[in-house]
Amino acid sequence: MSDEDNRADMVAEGIPERRFGFWRRCYAMMVKEFIQLRRDRVSFAMIVMIPVLQLLLFGYAINTTPRNLPTAVLLQEDSDLARSVLKALQNTAYFHFTREVHDVTEFDDLLLSGKVLFGVEIPRGFERAVRRGDDPALLVAADATDPIAAGSALSALSVIVQTALAHDLFVGDHPSPPFEIRVHARYNPASSSRLNIVPGLVGTILTMTMLIFTALSVTREIERGTMENLLSMPITPIEVMLGKIVPYVIVGFIQATLIIGIGVILFGVPLLGSLTLLAALSTLFITANLAIGYTFSTIAKNQLQAMQMSIMFFLPSILLSGFMFPFAGMPVWAQYIGEGLPLTHYLRIVRGIMLKGATLENLQYDSIDLLALMLLAMTVAVTRFRRTLD
Amino acid sequence: MTATTPSRADIAIDVHGFSKSFGGREVVHDLSMQVKRGTIYGFIGPNGSGKTTTIRMLCGLLTPDSGEGTCLGYDIRRDADKIKRQVGYMTQRFSLYQDLSVRENLEFVARLYGVRDARATAREMIKRLGLNGREEQLAGELSGGWKQRLALGACTLSNPQLLLLDEPTAGVDPKARRDFWNEIHALAARGLTVLVSTHYMDEAERCHEIAYIAYGHVLVHGTVDEVIAKSALTTYTVTGDNLTTLSAALSGKPGIDMVAPFGTSLHVSGRDKSALDATIAPLREQHGVHWQHSEPSLEDVFIELMTRSKDNFQ
Ligand SMILES: Nc1ncnc2c1ncn2[C@@H]1O[C@H](COP(=O)(O)OP(=O)(O)O)[C@@H](O)[C@H]1O
Ligand SMILES: [Mg+2]
Repeated sequence: MSDEDNRADMVAEGIPERRFGFWRRCYAMMVKEFIQLRRDRVSFAMIVMIPVLQLLLFGYAINTTPRNLPTAVLLQEDSDLARSVLKALQNTAYFHFTREVHDVTEFDDLLLSGKVLFGVEIPRGFERAVRRGDDPALLVAADATDPIAAGSALSALSVIVQTALAHDLFVGDHPSPPFEIRVHARYNPASSSRLNIVPGLVGTILTMTMLIFTALSVTREIERGTMENLLSMPITPIEVMLGKIVPYVIVGFIQATLIIGIGVILFGVPLLGSLTLLAALSTLFITANLAIGYTFSTIAKNQLQAMQMSIMFFLPSILLSGFMFPFAGMPVWAQYIGEGLPLTHYLRIVRGIMLKGATLENLQYDSIDLLALMLLAMTVAVTRFRRTLD
Repeated sequence: MTATTPSRADIAIDVHGFSKSFGGREVVHDLSMQVKRGTIYGFIGPNGSGKTTTIRMLCGLLTPDSGEGTCLGYDIRRDADKIKRQVGYMTQRFSLYQDLSVRENLEFVARLYGVRDARATAREMIKRLGLNGREEQLAGELSGGWKQRLALGACTLSNPQLLLLDEPTAGVDPKARRDFWNEIHALAARGLTVLVSTHYMDEAERCHEIAYIAYGHVLVHGTVDEVIAKSALTTYTVTGDNLTTLSAALSGKPGIDMVAPFGTSLHVSGRDKSALDATIAPLREQHGVHWQHSEPSLEDVFIELMTRSKDNFQ
């Protein structure tokens, strides 16, 4: 093609084809970002390693069906029934009686020091109370700082004890044990279910990686000096932003698929709701995080600052979104902050869809909030983007 | 196009009273310049004199604090977007993507300018630049000369009407420098306007017009001959023995503004011809030394301008 032909092209495109030019420039930017990402081994490794590592670390904990958890027994009565109950507990293989103690202080100390995870207390007059039909309490204290370990043992407790005792007792036809199992989850009263972990991980991993990817994108161009060239060419802030975000939407999507896939296949997390809805809203969440990271990038003076901003955003996301602590249990001010974080909404979405089979109708408010947060971040980014070197 | 039609179709750059300060320090002061279409305009000046800053203002990368003007007929303050479509800017520091290959960089630029067939255009450019066989090499791995060719290729890819080249040949070997200038002349012959900053004298002499800028002030402008004529400098070329002793003896004497060795000769210049002549009169009689009245070279003029501007602005 000769130069004259090129010039003719330019003239022919001119102003009427502006809109077409918009997509062309976005495309140019995307291709460039893709190539750079492909060449950047560290980033590339991060895309795969972060989700896989996190999942394996957490997954290990999830996957370990707790066995032989050290348990102390506070035996206030030495009766046949008490012995049967203890034997039934031990037979479950969840509990392993390492200590038999005789006073409450020792019992508490053991739990506090972490020497045992559980304490079973059989109160004085237990057998007699059962025979009288008084429904006495069998006290099980659990160190719930490790909710995963404690949770599954406790959830199995009642059923196991009932079946184990069924043939042992004259009250075998009762629908429930003739005594009450009173569980005290100590230190972490709201032990979260293991099923919450995988959906929660999808959200936190995506938040972390997406933020970091785009948070560095503009500052990197400035620090490498390529921004000067970029700004001297006819490209608008929106085009730069879309070009820098879209490739990572695909990256985020792959990450999400990886995590959810492993969660469902390896750890048996259910996926009750629509996969399409999950994919669509995950994409929205991914884009929102990318937009926020990109916004940091337009505000920060250098890569270090951009990184610090991302961490400052990531920490409250972990703490106040309901990932770490149940959202409803947080103080109101913390809940307000939480509502401003994409992760909060996404946790509701992903838990809702996977664990409860929620529909878009159930999740419309969280979806709208996510969309609003994304648009807000994008607007800030486009207005903050410096078009000159001033 | 009606409102932005150039007032004078033959003027590519027309700016008046440009000033720019960074943190209270004025680095460009009341700068005016006119560049005719199709000419190669040299922007000469020592480091830190404001060349890059001026070029950046011309293509909308920096906003002037005061002053106005047009670039290709478009208002510099209002129509930066339109200017960018028609201008190719080669930055002083290589600013293409080091982690993209030659081909990828060119395709990226072609797409940004909306060139219809970006691949073909990039291929064509690679051929023209003589970069065949290196198209898949990463830009960051190219040598200085090749980087510079690539950068020139990238900024001419969109067939701009105006090229802004900021010290394009810094750190490039003489052969590559010569090829580069031949290329620039070829482009200008096709009607392109080229504004090029440099501090090489031989390059200044290859420009149609030059402006000398120091401490943000344009000290002189015009063709090379005009600039030399304007300088009102009297120069003698001295050849012979013991020039070093002579040079030491002359420095600082009345009427002597500049003594500079040029190979085996010495250039002695001064603005005040009578004072200069009076000072050198006794020395002209010395044996073994030959004094010849000569035209000052462009370098003499610039060095003199620089010495003078140092007194004025510092
Ligand atoms: N962005 C900036 N911020 C602060 N000072 C700057 C900036 N850009 C240039 N300068 C200063 O302005 C002066 C002129 O710089 P420049 O235009 O790059 O000169 P040249 O290109 O002629 O070497 C220099 O002293 C430089 O330090
Ligand atoms: Mg410079």
